[in-house]
Amino acid sequence: MQDDGLNAILDSALADFAACTDPAGLENAKAKYLGKAGALTTRLKGLGQLPPAERAAAGAGINAAKARLEDALAARREALAEAKLAAQLGADALDVSLPGRGRGTGSLHPLTRTLERIETLFRSLGFDVADGPEIEDDFHNFTALNMPENHPARSMHDTFYVDGGMVLRTHTSPIQIRYMETQAPPIRIIAPGRVYRVDSDATHSPMFHQVEGLWIADDVSFADLKGVFSEFLRNFYERDDVTLRFRPSFFSFTEPSAEIDMRFGDGGWLEIAGAGQVHPNVLRMVNIDPERWQGFAFGMGPDRLAMLRYGVDDLRLFYENDLRFLRQFA
Amino acid sequence: MKFSERWLRTLVDPPLDTAGLCDALTMAGLEVEEVAAAAPPFSGVVVGRIESVEKHPDADRLRVCTVDVGGPGRLTIVCGAPNAAAGLLVPCAVDGARLPGGLAIRRTNMRGVESQGMLCSARELGLSEDAGGLLELPATLAPGRDLRQALALDDALITIKLTPNRPDCLSMAGIAREVAAITGARPALPAIEPVRIDSDATRGVRIEDEDACPRFASRIIEGIDARAPTPAWMKERIERSGIRSISAVVDITNYVMLELGQPLHAYDARLLAGDIVVRFAREGEQLTLLNGQTLDLEPDLLLVCDGAKPLGLAGIMGGEHSGIAGDTTTVFLEGAFWNPAVIQGKMRRLGFASDAGYRFERGVDFALGPAGVERATQLILDVCGGRAGPLSDITGPLPPRNAILLRSARATRLLGVALPPDTIADVFRRLALPFVRQGDDFIVTPPSYRFDLAIEEDLIEEVARIHGYDAIPTAPGTHLQQMLPAPEGTRGVGTLRHHLAALDWQEVITFSFVASGVEAALDPGGKPLAVLNPIAAQLDVMRTTLLPGLIEVLQTNLKRKLPRIRIFEAGRIFAREGLAQPVRIGGLAFGPADPEQWGAALRQVDFFDVKGDLEALAAPLSLTTRSLPRPWLHPGRSSELMIDRKPAGWVGELHPRLVRHFDLPSPPIVFELDATALSSPPLPQGHPVSRFPAVRRDIAIIINENIAVQDILDVLGKVKPASVESLRIFDVYRGPELPSGRKSVAILVLMRDTQRTLTDEDSDATVALLLSTLQDRFGATLR
Repeated sequence: MQDDGLNAILDSALADFAACTDPAGLENAKAKYLGKAGALTTRLKGLGQLPPAERAAAGAGINAAKARLEDALAARREALAEAKLAAQLGADALDVSLPGRGRGTGSLHPLTRTLERIETLFRSLGFDVADGPEIEDDFHNFTALNMPENHPARSMHDTFYVDGGMVLRTHTSPIQIRYMETQAPPIRIIAPGRVYRVDSDATHSPMFHQVEGLWIADDVSFADLKGVFSEFLRNFYERDDVTLRFRPSFFSFTEPSAEIDMRFGDGGWLEIAGAGQVHPNVLRMVNIDPERWQGFAFGMGPDRLAMLRYGVDDLRLFYENDLRFLRQFA
Repeated sequence: MKFSERWLRTLVDPPLDTAGLCDALTMAGLEVEEVAAAAPPFSGVVVGRIESVEKHPDADRLRVCTVDVGGPGRLTIVCGAPNAAAGLLVPCAVDGARLPGGLAIRRTNMRGVESQGMLCSARELGLSEDAGGLLELPATLAPGRDLRQALALDDALITIKLTPNRPDCLSMAGIAREVAAITGARPALPAIEPVRIDSDATRGVRIEDEDACPRFASRIIEGIDARAPTPAWMKERIERSGIRSISAVVDITNYVMLELGQPLHAYDARLLAGDIVVRFAREGEQLTLLNGQTLDLEPDLLLVCDGAKPLGLAGIMGGEHSGIAGDTTTVFLEGAFWNPAVIQGKMRRLGFASDAGYRFERGVDFALGPAGVERATQLILDVCGGRAGPLSDITGPLPPRNAILLRSARATRLLGVALPPDTIADVFRRLALPFVRQGDDFIVTPPSYRFDLAIEEDLIEEVARIHGYDAIPTAPGTHLQQMLPAPEGTRGVGTLRHHLAALDWQEVITFSFVASGVEAALDPGGKPLAVLNPIAAQLDVMRTTLLPGLIEVLQTNLKRKLPRIRIFEAGRIFAREGLAQPVRIGGLAFGPADPEQWGAALRQVDFFDVKGDLEALAAPLSLTTRSLPRPWLHPGRSSELMIDRKPAGWVGELHPRLVRHFDLPSPPIVFELDATALSSPPLPQGHPVSRFPAVRRDIAIIINENIAVQDILDVLGKVKPASVESLRIFDVYRGPELPSGRKSVAILVLMRDTQRTLTDEDSDATVALLLSTLQDRFGATLR
């Protein structure tokens, strides 16, 4: 069918639609062709004046044209909506490189971090964590540890005294005694905490930390001490080139006693712990039969371990609490 | 214990170099603390004899010496030392010599005279600080002899850090015995023979307390020359052990103490009246010691006295009036054994130490007294001449040396390494410990010099030590594992620390002792526990709160210009009453509430910022407040903290008085919580969640300004029906349209039933109940 008029309307409408840049203009353009007085609507209304023989064909032509316009209209609507969304997205864009908002984060003290690490490693070997008072009586700090009054071994401890005949504990070993006073073997604990000695320089602080270890069972031997401590240090430092040296020493509460030194590779030896098999007098003091039970105890210096681990060369930095220093351990 | 390696090698000479010897000592438990050279390196220095000294023609202060250095020729040496004199033997650095520090000695022209070397002072050779003149050498040395050989300068001074259990190694003989045991080398200890008795002089000795003084060996030596010089070899040995040379007799007693381990005391017999008496001090007695100190004697101090007066503190220090002088001719020599228990603790109490006391309180070989006296007598006779009287040796109850059973099986079990009985026997032989073998077991009788061997474990340590700790295997740790309990209803300090850190608080660790002044400023009525021997005046009391440390950290960091400080510490505080030492978590927030950032106005931290963090920390436990003023807190901006209705700490703004006292630019918010109060959160229980919708009603009331919101919530909490799911304050308003002294509080009421949808009537009834309660209890009006 050829209807030049209809084609002209179509061409004109498609051009008008394409020229529209916003939804309102498009609706106006739609009315111009498809509204009540629209060009195509007028055509439809004029069908009745055609001879009946032509009506069907003309009607079909107009309807086809109308369908085409409706399609074009829908497509144009969608295109305009897309364009609008695109413009909005552009306008919405943020400088995502700006930092996030809100509070900051704090962190743990490096010594706490170290103590937690030690606790985690020993827990994995079945050691529970024990605690005890920092102001101690003479009995738990000395006598029960096989250091009677005036024993020369006491001179190894520069002790702080407080009112009431008490001392600031000079080591974490009294926690051993307190634990064994209430718990029956087998016993496997570590006890971290603050200890005090009258000493202050680059490598000594009047307050520092110790971690006590105690394993009492049927047959826990010196070889087990070597095994547990070696395993611990390798895991603590996450290095295979850690070598340990156990050398004879003296502590009144262990027999045999050892000083434990360590080094990395070919480096110098560093003293990091005292240890040994728990002295039978100590076991008897807490009513444990030394023929039936035996085991080892150790006391190590976590401050020293932390210095080595984190490359800190002055112990005092840990107790100065310069926040710029502490935040490095976040 | 410091000693000369050369001296040790005269007693035992293992095939080890200095480093090897030191390593062997350390690994046997005699830790080598320091190895120092007797002299720094130098070469080309010989013994020179000054033959003549003449004035330098062109320099007033210089002289020209002719020096014999052993060869046929003579050296001409220009020298400025004041003590240069003909006949003197001095160190002479010859052409080509190198002095410490690398200084090279060459022939050189000094003001027109050729100097062919250099005469040296002790300081120029690094032997001492003495730069007062040329080092004067013993006249017995041959000119030309290399000085290092002549003075035995190629020697190491070894310092070992002895543990308190090994007093037997506080002597050369003891160390030699130990080295022999470790290395297997054969020891050659000096043979001690009784001296010839040429005098019948004796002095009576009476021991009042045989337990305190189980042995007292003594002797009189007449006709000595107390001014005779100490032989050079002896002087060298005692000086290299760190003991100053004084006079021949005193040097000899010190020498024998170093050599054998027996402290001796020499008295001038002229000054003794009557018999020697060993007794405890009497009330009111006084004694002036060799060090000049005058003591008011207490009755537990053991004395050596004569018939009239105390002569000295037994085993610790002699008195100043009975010592050896230059004109002494008769010596009374004492070599005693004092019960360690009598000596222990005394020096610490008196505030001084002596070499003798150090040994006696640890234990001196009780068999050694007579040998020590014999050895010293022989040396006195050799050096000072004289005639020895008979040896007196009074003995009482000497310490027992009980036989100790060592079971091989026990050693194996304790050490974790199989030790064949033959190995154990070998160790005992090397240590010269007398033993009887019974099958696999041993009965050992410790010698008199070993005070540390009393029980089986002591012997096991000896076996391990000599066998070598290195020879004990490292056990693989195959013990049966037992799972640790992990109580879920327990919240440790560690968890709380992590939570606070995540809430933007930085952990600090401060000293438990603080300044009494700071404690007093914070709590004028407080009575902190005093440290009796503080390391510093500003660390003289135990903290009663964590505040002193936190404030100090604040000040430290303010000095470093940090604008925002949020710190906390978890640690014990200390109360005088009952010596309570609870673990507390304390914090301090200062400066902006949040870090300075874009898009948020800068705002100072306030009470509610901190309270909010503490509520988060306590959750699921409920944290509430109650008024209870504390001297260090702003009374209107602080409160006691309650966890589940029980007191658990405090929070508030630092008191303005203290803000001024500590010179702070603005008030910090501080808090402290009891860690135990937070330690038991309930184990969660799951309940079915209601499928029915919630109804929200808001109630806005007007109440008096002074009514605490917490009180309102507490009262409503008690009367609310079960359908009320939660009650929350969501607004507090004060404004001109409200009557003065009144505030508006908006309360959100959330209601829900688990069985049905609530009707309007239900909700209305609930709200009406709450409102009437508020009206009755607080005089609230509906806004």
